[in-house]
Amino acid sequence: MVDYSTGWLDRVAIVGVGDTQVGKVPGVSSLALHQWAIREAIEDAGLTRDDVDAVFTQPPYADPTFLHSVWVAKSLGIKPRYSADMNIGGATPVGMLVHAALAVANGLCNVAVISFAENALSARGKPHHGRYNQQYEDYERPYGRVGAPIGYALAARRHMYEYGTTSEQFGAIAVAMRKHAVMNPNSQMHDPITLSDHQAAPYVVEPFRLLDCCLVSDGGGAVVVTTRDRAKDVKKSPVRILGLGSCHPHKNIQSAETLSETGARYSGSQAFLQAGVSPKDINVAEIYDCFTYTVLVQLEDLGFCEKGEGGSFVEGGRIELGGELPVNTHGGLLSQGHIDGMLHIVEAVRQIRSECGSRQVQEAELALVTGNGGELSTHWTAIMGRY
Amino acid sequence: MAEIPFKQPLPIPDEDSSPYWEGCRKSRLMLQRCGTCGTVRFPPQHLCPSCWSENADWVQASGRGEVYTFGVVRRALRPDWRERVPYVVALVCLEEGPKLFTNIVDCRPEEVAIGMPVVVIFDQVSEEIVLPKFRPLT
Repeated sequence: MVDYSTGWLDRVAIVGVGDTQVGKVPGVSSLALHQWAIREAIEDAGLTRDDVDAVFTQPPYADPTFLHSVWVAKSLGIKPRYSADMNIGGATPVGMLVHAALAVANGLCNVAVISFAENALSARGKPHHGRYNQQYEDYERPYGRVGAPIGYALAARRHMYEYGTTSEQFGAIAVAMRKHAVMNPNSQMHDPITLSDHQAAPYVVEPFRLLDCCLVSDGGGAVVVTTRDRAKDVKKSPVRILGLGSCHPHKNIQSAETLSETGARYSGSQAFLQAGVSPKDINVAEIYDCFTYTVLVQLEDLGFCEKGEGGSFVEGGRIELGGELPVNTHGGLLSQGHIDGMLHIVEAVRQIRSECGSRQVQEAELALVTGNGGELSTHWTAIMGRY
Repeated sequence: MAEIPFKQPLPIPDEDSSPYWEGCRKSRLMLQRCGTCGTVRFPPQHLCPSCWSENADWVQASGRGEVYTFGVVRRALRPDWRERVPYVVALVCLEEGPKLFTNIVDCRPEEVAIGMPVVVIFDQVSEEIVLPKFRPLT
């Protein structure tokens, strides 16, 4: 068990969040989206670029870039004392938040910004100079493992086999995310869907239908972290990080011990332990949702329901606004847009600050955010609240 | 068996995996068994992930296993796979323990089920590369 017990998190605060337009944003480079998101986040904090002395970025997937964080910093006229590129897939945004908080809390920097952005929709499949070695090339891709849905579809099928989970239950998640996206003016998808729409959608990879799969989007997001002292004179109420946890159980699914339980189990229990709260205390959850199944299995692993009961848990509007546990109030990757989970953090901060208008959760004092990367390979949980 | 010409980027045998691919060329599914703790591993790698021993023997797998989970690709996300849909991707759990990502062939997608016994077949997709795939064990 990792010991976080020194209370170091009390020395840091989230003081700014920013996002770009999300959806189809033609003619804008990934670098420009990073700049846009970072500018928004720094302005949101009431700071200037001269205050920023640390930059953490997640490079675009289609364009892996050497020294990306330094390049982004330089492009904004920032000279960081501390910089780092990070990529653990969709767990990266929360992971970067943790790295930024650690650096701030330990005096390596004062004001850190983290960002992810990519023009994935407009430039999909057009890498500038090459792709990562993803470790699918030798033993998976020759069998047609092309695209992310396959690994998750195989995991979902196993959960259905072990626990009797149904496609309609996956559909309830898709419907909830879309309902929330419709209430978010910065969404890629604007039209509500019904369970019938979900069931009528064509299969991509059985058991996943089109509406079980997240979007491909252009856009970016950024978050500013500083010391609690410095947070006293920023523009908005600082947001407190109360608990963190992580777990990275496998790389490819063929080496996974199980596909019906994820790193969220350990990641979540660590975060709850550190925060000193339990799942029933959480008012709003921004749960990484690359596929519907990803949400369902994490809800179980995080302890919002028992293992195997995720299917019945998501039914009946329980995870919709107005329900017991509103999930992905911005619409998530499934319906707002795929910004790799960075906007899950942005939304949690805005919920805690009561800035979400019609989709505001009443008394959103405690928010839980997760990030999940690879094929249920990497996982981070963060619990946030107020000072 | 590759009726549609194979246009995908092919596996690149390296220091760790050459004996595996060489085995496939001879229609043998070869796995490493740790010479110290006996753990059978896949994919091929130099160290035993269980005990870090560098001693390993290449042993021929029985070629039998069962479907651990599977999916039916109906809409391929890359153009070069679109003409092959539908096809079945699966994790097969081998009798020796490791799981392999593979295709289930020689049957209709509707016939595939979790727990179904399968056996390896070898599909020559280029002059150099032979891919192990699995069909129902009847």
